[in-house]
Amino acid sequence: MSKQIAAIFGLLVLALTADLGPAWSQQGPIRVGFLTQMTGGGAAVGKDMSNGFMMYIEEIGHQIAGRKVEVIIEDTQGDPAAALTKLRKLVESDNVHAVAGIFLANEGYALAPKVDEYRIPTIWAVVSADDLTQRKPVKWAVRTGWTSSQPNHPFGEYVAKTLGYKKIVTIAMDYAFGWEQVGGFQRTFEETGGQIVQKLWPPLGTTDFGPFLAQIKRDADAVFAVMVAASALRFPKQYQDAGLKARLPLIGGGTTFDEFVLPSLGDEAIGAITPLIYSAAIDTPVNKRFVKEYRTKYGKVPSYYSEASYTAARWINEAIKAVKGNVENKDMFLAALRKVEVTDAPRGPVKLDGHGGPIQNIYVRKVEKKEGELWNTVIHTFPSVSQFWKYKPEEYLKQPVYDRNYPPCKHC
Amino acid sequence: MAIIALLLLIAAPPFVSSFLLTLLTQALIYAILAMSLDIILGYTGLASLGHAAYFGLGAYSVGILATRYGAGFGMALAAGVLLAVLVAAIFGLVALRATGVYFLMITLALGMVVWGLAHRWVTMTQGDNGISAIPRPDLGLPWSLSLSTPFYYFALAGFLIAFSILRMIVRSPFGQTLVGIRESESRMRTLGYHVWLHKYIGFIIAGGFGGFAGVLWAYYNGFVSPVDLQLATSVEVLLMVALGGRGTLIGPALGAGIIVLLKNLVSVYTHRWLLILGAVYILTIVYAPEGILGAIKRRPKEAKSRAVEAHA
Repeated sequence: MSKQIAAIFGLLVLALTADLGPAWSQQGPIRVGFLTQMTGGGAAVGKDMSNGFMMYIEEIGHQIAGRKVEVIIEDTQGDPAAALTKLRKLVESDNVHAVAGIFLANEGYALAPKVDEYRIPTIWAVVSADDLTQRKPVKWAVRTGWTSSQPNHPFGEYVAKTLGYKKIVTIAMDYAFGWEQVGGFQRTFEETGGQIVQKLWPPLGTTDFGPFLAQIKRDADAVFAVMVAASALRFPKQYQDAGLKARLPLIGGGTTFDEFVLPSLGDEAIGAITPLIYSAAIDTPVNKRFVKEYRTKYGKVPSYYSEASYTAARWINEAIKAVKGNVENKDMFLAALRKVEVTDAPRGPVKLDGHGGPIQNIYVRKVEKKEGELWNTVIHTFPSVSQFWKYKPEEYLKQPVYDRNYPPCKHC
Repeated sequence: MAIIALLLLIAAPPFVSSFLLTLLTQALIYAILAMSLDIILGYTGLASLGHAAYFGLGAYSVGILATRYGAGFGMALAAGVLLAVLVAAIFGLVALRATGVYFLMITLALGMVVWGLAHRWVTMTQGDNGISAIPRPDLGLPWSLSLSTPFYYFALAGFLIAFSILRMIVRSPFGQTLVGIRESESRMRTLGYHVWLHKYIGFIIAGGFGGFAGVLWAYYNGFVSPVDLQLATSVEVLLMVALGGRGTLIGPALGAGIIVLLKNLVSVYTHRWLLILGAVYILTIVYAPEGILGAIKRRPKEAKSRAVEAHA
């Protein structure tokens, strides 16, 4: 028996010695690793991301600065440990020159120290955890996506001033993404004279919001909801069925009504107002072309995940062109990534602040029905919004990162 | 011979790429976890769906102690294993009142309690974000464990220690009693054995080694999050044991190796890797219900019995 065991072990080790990685050469193609979730709950988001990224790479014919570009897409499985394994594979086995993508906050935080250890230029295309470009900065990474609280800082002021709501109830998924969005909103909303009168935190994975909807204080002016993907598909319908839509207008974080969920929603979504870095309905020629071609190619409206990944690919392209294809000089390549400025992305102009976070337009969007489809019509644009909004970065960074209890609920 | 397998593992690093070496490291750590589960699943016959809890307790002990208090390896190791032992001692009191599917459900619920704690006790665990930047241990050796080859040998040493101790346990009279309980609890009771106590101690040993695996895991990844102790992880370990062959100790280790490698190598080539993994499980259940090692063990016996029949 033990002979057979030895044989199995032997075969395993033999199988392992057959190296996966292609031979590395200085003048070979530029290799870019794209990390996203291809299986499990977030697989559909991952598909939007890889579609957006590949669309740009195909538009430039897999060529940058005279060198061929190879994209290696790896599945993070929605598991930070698996994301780490895949980063190891991309860097150690595939010898990639840059890594992009990343969806979940915990994947971002897991990869961050490793990115600096490997000194691998990295682009946070979607992951929005605030501290990745704030209190726990990563030297070798730039962020072309967004920070969770970024759209909600201007939106808090907008809701207090323009929409004129005074008392608001928040309901958000109980993890960092929800806390940071609610925190950013609460801070500016209350500084502009509004009051958050109740904060509800359904646990991640909640499918029945009934018990939470029943608790909502009925004397508020509106409800601010932060849902993502699966929860965003269910929440608006349940909100309407609970008879709340007629009484309390629904506003919220951008992902609650992003283009990823809109095609699956019905009339219950109409009228909802949310802020985000993108809307497929942005009325510029660049965006119209992007939406049209994306639809032709993939048969659906691009979500912000698609646009963010598309622009991340563009970002890499601009940086590689700036170093004339010499991505082997990592320090120069990183410096170039930090200097890129895209003036005509589908979402509008994007550049980076001194902390590697994007400065970009924030769109206040209202869900409307046009020709039988739901669209996020842009009703107001805040130009050039940074992750620190109107605050001084040094002072902003002195306050703790937004969480379940910060800012405290003074009016609850 | 097992010696050959060991020599191959020792000699592997110069011949495999660094990425595959990290996969082997992962496999060794998961092998410890699978072997620890085998003590209760294979030897005692109790299927637990909450074994990832001990893995997570070990990992979180390292994460919290190393990043907050700068604890060294000895301290973190002791804390991780002790915490896992302690929690297993408490959970055992609850879970061992039941057997079969009820045991399965209670361990599942208890596992979810620990998961919930990791998720909701944000001030301590940083919740869903997880604890990152856990430094590799400094053992005062001339080789830095932040490099992949020394860490591989570190994990290999951990694996060998765990394997030797567990093998000693299952071969001891205590281990034989566990097997007896698995085969017939009532007979063992009639023979005068304290059945519950044996199961309880087995449960605690399994928890302790699960915690040990978790300690190595936290150092390996430099990161720990609630995903490490969620239900899916418990199920995966259960499948490792079933695939390799329960009640064989080396089988679960083999199962861990196969699953870790399949998961990470197949997913490189296709995003439909879950289909392939699923097919492997189904084929195992249908054609080798005793697991790979179980099937190998059985074959010579079958051949012998056939030979006897033919003779008669």
